[in-house]
Amino acid sequence: MSILIDQNTRLICQGFTGKQGSFHSEQALAYGTRLLGGVTPGRGGSEHLGLPVFDTVREAVKQTDANATMIYVPPFGAADAILEALDAGIELIVCITEGIPVLQMMRVKAAMRGTDTLLVGPNCPGVITPGQCKIGIMPGHIHLPGKIGIVSRSGTLTYEAVHQTTQQGLGQSTCVGIGGDPIHGMNFIDVLIRFEEDDQTQAIVMVGEIGGNDEEQAAEFIKAHISKPVVGYIAGQTAPPGKRMGHAGAIVTGGQGTAAGKIAAMRAAGVEMVSSPSDIGAAMRGFFKA
Amino acid sequence: MNIHEYQAKQLFREFGIPVPQGIVADSAQAAQQAATQIDASAWVIKAQIHAGARGKAGGVKVVRELDQVPVIAEAMLGKHLVTHQTDAHGLPVHQVLVETVSVIVNEYYLSLLIDREHEGLVFIASASGGMDIEAVAAVSPEKICHVRVNPAAGYQAFHCRQIAAALGLPKEQIAQLDGILKGMYQLLLAKDASQIEINPLILTDQGSLLALDAKINFDDNALALHPDILALRDVSQEDAKEVQAKLFDLNFISLGGNIGCMVNGAGLAMATMDMVKLKGGSPANFLDVGGGTNKDKVKEAFKLILADGTVKAVLVNIFGGIVKCDVIAAGILAAVDEMHLSIPVVVRLEGTHAEQGIAMLNQSGLGLVAAEDLNQAAERVVALAEAA
Repeated sequence: MSILIDQNTRLICQGFTGKQGSFHSEQALAYGTRLLGGVTPGRGGSEHLGLPVFDTVREAVKQTDANATMIYVPPFGAADAILEALDAGIELIVCITEGIPVLQMMRVKAAMRGTDTLLVGPNCPGVITPGQCKIGIMPGHIHLPGKIGIVSRSGTLTYEAVHQTTQQGLGQSTCVGIGGDPIHGMNFIDVLIRFEEDDQTQAIVMVGEIGGNDEEQAAEFIKAHISKPVVGYIAGQTAPPGKRMGHAGAIVTGGQGTAAGKIAAMRAAGVEMVSSPSDIGAAMRGFFKA
Repeated sequence: MNIHEYQAKQLFREFGIPVPQGIVADSAQAAQQAATQIDASAWVIKAQIHAGARGKAGGVKVVRELDQVPVIAEAMLGKHLVTHQTDAHGLPVHQVLVETVSVIVNEYYLSLLIDREHEGLVFIASASGGMDIEAVAAVSPEKICHVRVNPAAGYQAFHCRQIAAALGLPKEQIAQLDGILKGMYQLLLAKDASQIEINPLILTDQGSLLALDAKINFDDNALALHPDILALRDVSQEDAKEVQAKLFDLNFISLGGNIGCMVNGAGLAMATMDMVKLKGGSPANFLDVGGGTNKDKVKEAFKLILADGTVKAVLVNIFGGIVKCDVIAAGILAAVDEMHLSIPVVVRLEGTHAEQGIAMLNQSGLGLVAAEDLNQAAERVVALAEAA
């Protein structure tokens, strides 16, 4: 098994005919993902990459029975795209777009409350179950089907963890990039609980960064509910307070959200913390020595 | 993005939040004229910079003689003001705000900001106004009241009642407080502000509530929706290199050390700084060159890193995903060659086509040092910076 997505996931793409949407749809198809079509308002009825284009998500769902969507819509249209997918009853929404105004995300999350729809992102690399389904901008070929679940706020640090667990021959069950925005969809806990319940996942890599308190909450959760080994890394120990480090959510304010606090909380929860992202693979290997 | 106090107070006026009578001035003469126009027996002159703690640094002065107004303004204008919130160089003062002096009966703290944990908005209020709120929060958190606003329902009268109770505000002022809270809420939503802070909010001897200071931060992601707010940007208050970086769509933050860092991805860029520090070095900057790195971007990135001559060595850390390492290596080589770099550059390439990329660097004859992993790369760049 895996979490969130597998070979049966029926995917559509919003922002399908744009540059990003086209490129990453091609990559998803090449990976073997069941991409069934896409949505670009005004282009309904045409074909793109050999797949049907629809004007609305409702129409796309009606025609393809899609249960997941990936969004490559530009920032000021992305919140609308998420809400449209929610309205159409899509089960899993993966929003790659970076730069959505935070108040728009606040309204999106308010609208999602009480629904069963899951949102990954925005401002994230996406989700991949190696060998089965790729939804996002991650390079597919560095992955290997296997037993490590990876959850991260950062794109390139996810790739580091993937690359190393592949080199160690451990492979990955599913990798989830939850994104670098202050208000976002699934958080660490939402992903960790699924990894705990997933038979294929035998250990977990969790990569966090400064800002907010998702990591502290995740640490509490790990202590109480996660029986599988967890290797952790937190980026941003040298980040000056009050400065946004690239990601909109990566900021230390009022002494809150520091790397030191997160590292201490995770270590206290029994997480094997590494001080360099280069050590993730070796630390994970340590759990699998006979 | 930050704006000046005088700009924030203009927005306050537009949204019905009362502020003291005041006029901004960019010269000593203009300051005198402003004081003449304000009917008062004393004035306060406030240096306009994008940082707090101005009072203790001499950036806020009360003047009782009209002829002293231009003297005090002159002493502030054109200078750099150093406060404990700025760096050692301080920030340039190009305007002063001349305001009427208010008689303060009581001081409060009030702010409205994005509450990322609860995915809504939160008012923060305290009867300990006029102080550094973070210090109050650290020492006596019970003196700080948080009132969350559900984004679906919006601002309600009970929010005002809760805050009034927490502040111990007299009944007579509750209607005024309601107007202020409503104004803050509407301003934040209308202009995509991420934080509005009034510290202090004062109760005057006339029974009026006034925003004596005003601070607003805006969501950078939303600025393109608000040309009126974008027009308030003052780049003289920002780091020159960070301003330059934005022009080339690079994410750059100065950190003051002597080891330049060039990385793809924000998380990896932070990790790279951390590793430099862990190995005993001092990172000069955070720099995310983004996914689609090409020669021109690498060149601009090198220019930024080398601009002030304090950098002794550079660490390039790239994880090649969809963009292949050999393509990135070609960009790095072209940029290094064209710029005739004379300081050591350590390059760590990992991911797609990493071997080809490293081979290209090793064969280039440009003196680039290739490294296998981030640990080794950080060790090497720290050693080279120390030797330089």
